[in-house]
Amino acid sequence: MWNYTDKVKEHFFNPKNAGALDEANAVGEVGSITCGDALKLMMKVNPDSQVIEDAKFQTFGCGSAIASSSALTEMIIGKTVDEALAVTNRDIAEYLGGLPPEKMHCSVMGAEALRAAIANFKGEEWVDDHEEGELVCKCFGIDAAMIERAVTVNSLTTLEEVTHYTKAGGSCQTCHEKIEEVLEAVLAKTGALAPPKSHAPGTVGLDAIKPLAPKAEAAPAKLTNVQRMQKIMVAIEELRPQIQRDGGDVELVDIDGKDIYVRLTGACSGCSQSAGTMMGVQAKLVEALGEFVRVKPASLLPAGA
Amino acid sequence: MTAQGIYLDNNATTRVDPEVLAEMLPLFTEQFGNPSSMHGFGAAVGGKIEWARKQVQALLGAAHDSEIVFTSGGTESDNTAILSVLEAYPKKKSIVTSVVEHPAVLALCDYLEKKRGYTVHRIGVDKRGNLDLDAYKAALGPDVAIVSIMWANNETGTIFPIEELAQLAKAAGAVFHTDAVQAVGKIPMTLATSAVDMLSLSGHKLHAPKGIGALYVKRGLRFRPMLRGGHQERSRRAGTENAPGIVGLGAAAQLALMHMTDENTRVKALRDKLEQAILAAVPNCFVTGNPDNRLPNTCNVAFEYIEGEAILLLLNEAGIAASSGSACTSGSLEPSHVMRAMGVPYTAAHGATRFSLSRETTEEEIDRVIAVVPDIIAKLRSLSPYWSQAGAPKEFAPVYS
Repeated sequence: MWNYTDKVKEHFFNPKNAGALDEANAVGEVGSITCGDALKLMMKVNPDSQVIEDAKFQTFGCGSAIASSSALTEMIIGKTVDEALAVTNRDIAEYLGGLPPEKMHCSVMGAEALRAAIANFKGEEWVDDHEEGELVCKCFGIDAAMIERAVTVNSLTTLEEVTHYTKAGGSCQTCHEKIEEVLEAVLAKTGALAPPKSHAPGTVGLDAIKPLAPKAEAAPAKLTNVQRMQKIMVAIEELRPQIQRDGGDVELVDIDGKDIYVRLTGACSGCSQSAGTMMGVQAKLVEALGEFVRVKPASLLPAGA
Repeated sequence: MTAQGIYLDNNATTRVDPEVLAEMLPLFTEQFGNPSSMHGFGAAVGGKIEWARKQVQALLGAAHDSEIVFTSGGTESDNTAILSVLEAYPKKKSIVTSVVEHPAVLALCDYLEKKRGYTVHRIGVDKRGNLDLDAYKAALGPDVAIVSIMWANNETGTIFPIEELAQLAKAAGAVFHTDAVQAVGKIPMTLATSAVDMLSLSGHKLHAPKGIGALYVKRGLRFRPMLRGGHQERSRRAGTENAPGIVGLGAAAQLALMHMTDENTRVKALRDKLEQAILAAVPNCFVTGNPDNRLPNTCNVAFEYIEGEAILLLLNEAGIAASSGSACTSGSLEPSHVMRAMGVPYTAAHGATRFSLSRETTEEEIDRVIAVVPDIIAKLRSLSPYWSQAGAPKEFAPVYS
């Protein structure tokens, strides 16, 4: 049993505006007998004001198809033709408090009948872009035809890609086997699965050339400022015991891009070897960060920083 | 008439008979032992299971109780039967079945064809749902490992000539399996003298609970289990026995045998009364399947120019539960494969409505259904663009069809 909202039930059990409208001057007939629903929408449009003064429907279909038709007539009566054109199938579904995913096509039929009727009123020919095929993904209402089209147009090869392009299979994931079947069928047709052609003797195909190995010294992924700061602090902490053994110490004062300011204290302060110590700190930080940095004494900090 | 209304969807599932439930309840409380255990707790349950096996044997008219393998239901029985035969005869690569089988058989065959390289011969039916015997004979050959044909169709109740089909299959060297989920308990059976090798049945179609079924495997037939594990069911179906379910099925089998005559006389008469009254009161409707050869409880009427789900919703509002072959009830886009296989036009297939009775159905209930159906059909037809006030179908050609 479907979980129809009370609003759907209300419009199904007591449909509004059901029946024929003899003085209609805008008629839209859409539907699919194989799919089990068809809708004839009849509207009386005032030719001067363009206002839809009355609307009636006749529907062959399930509960939600009849409810969608009924809702549609209620929504468009009193609107001008142009205002009515703004009504989408989502509007119809929302008006009804939502429809089960498998039933969204009923609201689509309503929106299409409206467009067909307005085209009829304007004397235009209405061309539908209705997709028909086995419903594969019930969560998002995606049918086999749509998946096939997405696979063909975008040269998709994997289930994940199909999900990204169409949403199919992205929710409950129970239709993955079906999606793969559709995918395999399309790939088999387009030959995308054919084995690579063998090359003439003595020649090498492009696919035989191995991609270059990644550079050993490739830059590591860029660190966030916080990660970078933490790495610097850890490196300096690791250096301190060694410096402390010489009776000195080192503390981090500031980081300004490539410039890292430290203060040498204790025995180091004024020591003739302090420049060498600074070099040691710099080497350690370059190694830890994987990037070039300059270590400077805190005394060189720009004023006001 | 129960408090919830009139239940005429017994081919979908049945109510557990109170006597069946009474037999089952002790298995949840005092007699909870594992039948494989050596102590007294287990022995008491083991005895009950063997009693149940004998009841199922009696219902099927089987020669030995060891030919009954308890399973989780019809689908497991069907899958086990087909996969067992394919594994036991690895050199044979063809399967014969019909286009109107239950998905438990059809979907498995589709899978075996697509992914395992088997050839599947799906035998068609005529307008009344009768199997094409010439096509069947032509499909049988030395490469056929298994024939799987249903005993009676779940949607129309149409009965296939199972004995004849089984003998033909045997002559061709194939194993014969029948999905008898709808037939067991409604048609008398003597499998002891039959050519049928394997038969599937489901408990919840005959007033036992859901989740229990059985597979009949004729003694001497090569068998390969689908579920491997413990030694239960003589190693043909591993897994600790669903003891309450098995005992429930045993009790239900006993009751079904007892009510077999009632099913084929009183219930059948009620079904006929319902059907004739509907046909007399409602224009543009007809019985699908073969009315002269079908289950005594099933009646499937196709109402033209209206859609089944809408019929079911209005019936439900009137307190009547039925079923439909319409696409919209299943969420698929096409009406039932059974209706399409019989060539029922789409305008009628979508309105196919199944009323399936049981021994619990009363005449009072049938009278009530007869009273409300014509108005429901008339109400929906008044909404249908395919129907004109004059009572005859009218020209209506929507943009896409």
